[in-house]
Amino acid sequence: MSAQKITCSLTATTGLQETDSPLLPTRLMAILDSKTIIMGGGFAFIACVLVPILHLVLPVGHPLHLSDYFVTLIGKILCYAIVAVAFDLIWGYAGILSLGHGIFFALGGYAFGMYLMRGIGMDGNYHSHLPDFMVFLNWKSFPWYWVGSSHFLWALFLVIAVPALLALVFGFFAFRSRIRGVYFSIITQALTFACMLLFFRNETGFGGNNGFTDFKRILGYSITAPATRVTLFALSALMLLFTLFISRFLVTSKFGRVLTAIRDAESRVMFIGYNPVSFKLFIWTLSAVLCAIAGALYVPQVGIINPGEMSPANSIEIAIWVAVGGRGKLRGAVLGAFIVNLAKSWFTVSFPEYWLFFLGALFVLVTLYLPDGVVGLWEKTLHQLRRKGVTL
Amino acid sequence: MNTALFISGSSPSFTAAREGLHGKWEPMLEAEYVRIPPEAEGIDISHKVILYLEDITVSFDGFKALNALTLHIDAGELRCIIGPNGAGKTTMMDVVTGKTKPDTGTAFLGQSIDLLHLSEPEIAHAGIGRKFQKPTVFDQHTVFENLELAMKTSKSVWKTLFAHLDSEAKDRIAATIDLIRLKNEVYRPAGLLSHGQKQWLEIGMLLMQEPKLLLLDEPVAGMTDEETERTAELFLSLAGKHSLMVVEHDMAFIKQLGGKVTVLHEGSVLAEGSLSTVQNDQRVIEVYLGR
Repeated sequence: MSAQKITCSLTATTGLQETDSPLLPTRLMAILDSKTIIMGGGFAFIACVLVPILHLVLPVGHPLHLSDYFVTLIGKILCYAIVAVAFDLIWGYAGILSLGHGIFFALGGYAFGMYLMRGIGMDGNYHSHLPDFMVFLNWKSFPWYWVGSSHFLWALFLVIAVPALLALVFGFFAFRSRIRGVYFSIITQALTFACMLLFFRNETGFGGNNGFTDFKRILGYSITAPATRVTLFALSALMLLFTLFISRFLVTSKFGRVLTAIRDAESRVMFIGYNPVSFKLFIWTLSAVLCAIAGALYVPQVGIINPGEMSPANSIEIAIWVAVGGRGKLRGAVLGAFIVNLAKSWFTVSFPEYWLFFLGALFVLVTLYLPDGVVGLWEKTLHQLRRKGVTL
Repeated sequence: MNTALFISGSSPSFTAAREGLHGKWEPMLEAEYVRIPPEAEGIDISHKVILYLEDITVSFDGFKALNALTLHIDAGELRCIIGPNGAGKTTMMDVVTGKTKPDTGTAFLGQSIDLLHLSEPEIAHAGIGRKFQKPTVFDQHTVFENLELAMKTSKSVWKTLFAHLDSEAKDRIAATIDLIRLKNEVYRPAGLLSHGQKQWLEIGMLLMQEPKLLLLDEPVAGMTDEETERTAELFLSLAGKHSLMVVEHDMAFIKQLGGKVTVLHEGSVLAEGSLSTVQNDQRVIEVYLGR
């Protein structure tokens, strides 16, 4: 068979060539197939049109009215889902297990929290231009790193720049020193723990163990107004869609294939001429930035950020979401974040003292019996049904 | 005996084998793999030597895996390396590919490229390809993707993000698939291939890199006799345009390759010459059979 003939049959039987088209728009089209557009569009419609109507227009007491609690809960989980997808990029695809990813989420939250604190203005308990905790510390002016934090755009810049810089510097040294596997996990855990201790100190200038809370307004709008809440909800949903889009682009590109190759046989990747350090550093930093954006969307919705977000347990929970949903599958990450967090919000109300036991048991069971998570189980079941001739 | 150790040039069987194969492999390889002349690669082979290892010593906790090893590989040569277990064969490949940094000595690719100051990916770009003892292909990737990843092209993050396969690249992958006879396995994950097929896939990946110097660590281990014979034919067709360094234990295979043989023992060169010369060397016999 001639080379040309093989090439033709290659093109006919794989989707690879479509996603590898020379023109970027063509590649984007290949990612956005009709099924994806319908699902994404439907999701955006629900989040940006349906939920606002059900929350704002329908009166309280109407059977279809969505409560404040519901909108805030789902908005929060949407932020967690962004984190889960970002986490799946590094763990599921690049094989980097970070157990300190909460640090980036928290830093994004703190960076945006500074802006929200400045938004309180003179309405704090002490009626000072300084936040209450600074008055309490007897500080007379803002420390240097608070300069400019009253500007929205500067806050957005900090949300991205601070976690990105930390990820870049930490990742550079860790990956260059070829720290992998469990050693990397332990070091990331130590990183988030150290930051937590730092942020617990009042002198650090971020409110100590109380963190930031009692926010009043965002861009001039009342932060507790239903319209603001629904807007933040819709923004979180759109950010999740955007995150999924970028991630899909990455993992279907040759870049994604190099990442999974690094996960499976890193030294082999080096000997065919790729430098794994740059590839890991890129995806690691991108993942950190996505987490930070999620954190910035999360803080105004829940109304508080404190060093507890940096606790190692929070970071481990992120890994559990992805494991439950199915690592190495983007929709698995989203699904896992929803399953675990909905269970959590039910458990912590009904059986608060058993939640951690449940979480631990869940992790053990998923590791033992569902190595590919819920999505993996679903795919396997579908496959078996098809083999028996059943079509869905 | 000593004078016979350093015979250079080809044995009659070597020449015969190459001529016999000329019609079978050469035309395709000429077209597909040897587009770029050696000079354009940046390797200075003006002295007809592609690899210089001088006085290389590697110790692991006092044990000298390599002991003042000195070895030259000529450009276009097909060199076989034999030696008992622990003689330092794999360590030598580790030094050449940048995996292990030696305690002393120098390693040069051609006249000018100092291998000891380059990282593994840089050495790969300089033109050295390696096939590992244990076949290491990317199990989760298909045969096609394995070859795509190995293909010689820019391997920076940015270029890889927006990479696409043009028709020339697809032709090259198709030609390689043809050559390594995995036409029916193109879209199978490499992890599902047989041992021999994995060996061939790895050789295919090596060819996609278009290296000037190929290091092959036990390439025919686990292959059937027929596969072994075909591998020998392939290597013979590559020699001349590429330089090959083959580590093997299979003497029939080495005999078929017919090139110069170097015997390593306790980290240095014990004997060098044609296969029959080294096989009759008293010291080599002692090393293999015990004193």
